[in-house]
Amino acid sequence: MSLIGTSSGLRHTMWVLRGNLVTATAAAGAILLALIAIFGPMLVPYDPVASDVPRALQPPSALHWAGTDQLGRDVFSRLIVATRLDLAIAVTAVSVSFVIGAVIGSLCGYVGGKLDHAIGRFVDVLMAFPLFVLAMAMVAALGNRVENIVIATAIINLPFYIRFARAEVNIRRNLGWVEAARACGDGHVSVVLRFLLPNVLPAMAVQMSLNLGWAILNAAGLSFIGLGVKPPTPEWGIMVAEGARFISTGRWWLVSFPGLALMLTVLCFNLLGDGLRDILDPRMRT
Amino acid sequence: MGTISATLIRAGRRFLSSLPALFGVLVFTFLLMRVLPGDPAVFFASGPSAGKEEIEIVRKQLGLDRSLPEQLGIYLYDVGRGNLGRSMMTGQPVARDLRQRLPASLELTLTALVIALIAAVPLGVLAALRPNSLIDHGVRLFCSLGVCVPTFVSGLLLIYVFYYLLGLAPDPTGRIDIFASVPPARTGFLMVDFLLAGDFEGWWAAARQLMLPALTMALFVIAPLARITRASMLVSLGSDFVRTARSIGLSRWQIVVTYALRNAMLPVITIAGIVFSTMLGANVLVEKVFSWPGVASYALDALLVSDYAPVQGFVLLMASIFVVVNLLVDVLYGIADPRATVA
Repeated sequence: MSLIGTSSGLRHTMWVLRGNLVTATAAAGAILLALIAIFGPMLVPYDPVASDVPRALQPPSALHWAGTDQLGRDVFSRLIVATRLDLAIAVTAVSVSFVIGAVIGSLCGYVGGKLDHAIGRFVDVLMAFPLFVLAMAMVAALGNRVENIVIATAIINLPFYIRFARAEVNIRRNLGWVEAARACGDGHVSVVLRFLLPNVLPAMAVQMSLNLGWAILNAAGLSFIGLGVKPPTPEWGIMVAEGARFISTGRWWLVSFPGLALMLTVLCFNLLGDGLRDILDPRMRT
Repeated sequence: MGTISATLIRAGRRFLSSLPALFGVLVFTFLLMRVLPGDPAVFFASGPSAGKEEIEIVRKQLGLDRSLPEQLGIYLYDVGRGNLGRSMMTGQPVARDLRQRLPASLELTLTALVIALIAAVPLGVLAALRPNSLIDHGVRLFCSLGVCVPTFVSGLLLIYVFYYLLGLAPDPTGRIDIFASVPPARTGFLMVDFLLAGDFEGWWAAARQLMLPALTMALFVIAPLARITRASMLVSLGSDFVRTARSIGLSRWQIVVTYALRNAMLPVITIAGIVFSTMLGANVLVEKVFSWPGVASYALDALLVSDYAPVQGFVLLMASIFVVVNLLVDVLYGIADPRATVA
């Protein structure tokens, strides 16, 4: 597992990528998405929030590749600009729950006892809610803002990371090399940070890639129902919500393109996650 | 006989062990309510313009001047009596509103679950029967794409295709045409009520209206169900008892359905429980897309006008349904695999 990062690990990764076109494509897609998120707003042909009412609701053409919306805004430009916000929400949320989950989970796994029991109960309660409903209620409670979408998405992801890190640390804490580290005079903090966490992190990173897609869907769902992101901010979920009014009169481009963007992004992260899992642990291949 | 009582004992024990989680859910929804922005006393008084004394009186009436644990006690007592507060939006008790709207949501979710199972189990079985064949790859592709399309997008695209392009589906708003006559509400499930009233034309109208939203939700969950069916069918097809059944010369149908599939159902049942939870969440989105008058759209409407009692009631209801469903899954598990009851 700790192969990754060393030169033989790199060679192994390249070997897997070469044999696995799907994962390579997904990785390329993820890089492309990141580039769009960083540079996209500088490259778009139109101002994403400038309305041009005489040109409202035009179907895709050479001038407007993805058509225009009800205010005459260029859908393609809005799609590109929205990438940054959508990815930022998902990546921040998943990173926050990754870090907090890893710390709490490994603490539970290492210390055990009452702390483990208490946090286990808390996780049980979180898992007793349908998670999207829980996220919705939390955004309502904390206030209808983008930061709170991030917090809510992070919290509903948390149980998975806590459980994962706890289980992984728990099975390792009494293994020979951990005992050896303790015998050499390493303190508990050092054992967890230097010996246990590094062994758990790669597997958790895979989980993170798989979770990213889910987080994007959740965040888009929340803004679709009118939570968090406010118009006229370009965001995929809200673009679908605005286009929904025009679908029964046949304006398909307003929903299809942001929908396609969401789908491709999620697909990309899911395939990447599957591929990473194959690289790290060939036994888990399905 | 012994299995039935064992199943019951198991269900009872599981119910007892889910009580702490249920209590946690209650405390959690209470705390959520407490951190909600705004002062409920100001809301419940005649509005922000109400005088200071008036607000103080309302605050006392609502019990908001007491300590937090005291308020929690009152809240638990109220919920125990089925009192979930009053909605400012409808002016009715939340419990009554939820009861009126729950059948619409359940009808939609259960229909979707049935459609998903009917589609997913055969797909998974077919894929497992011929691994790496065209159908296996087709199912895998469908599953990979299925989990990536947001429910609200697939719902809108279905409306575009079936309502706008093909004209097959009725106007995608609500459970039934507003001018159509509604059968006497006996169960609240429109499909059942129409049947009880003997109104088959109405039944067909309601069924057509239900089709698209149910299909939307089903599409979202076919992927995990088909995937797990395939995986667990592969395991059970490769096992010794299937080989024995083959060597005895049983028919292919008997081997696949009676022997392999029955043994492969356990993981499918487990996943179906998890899938149900995601469906309860997806309900919010689907009800919004199709203006379905269920509990989720009720909570959503309330949320957007800062009417919090319905939201709290809704979250509590969803969590309770989820706990009950998990219990049911456990009982089904015991029936599908009698060995599970022994442990």
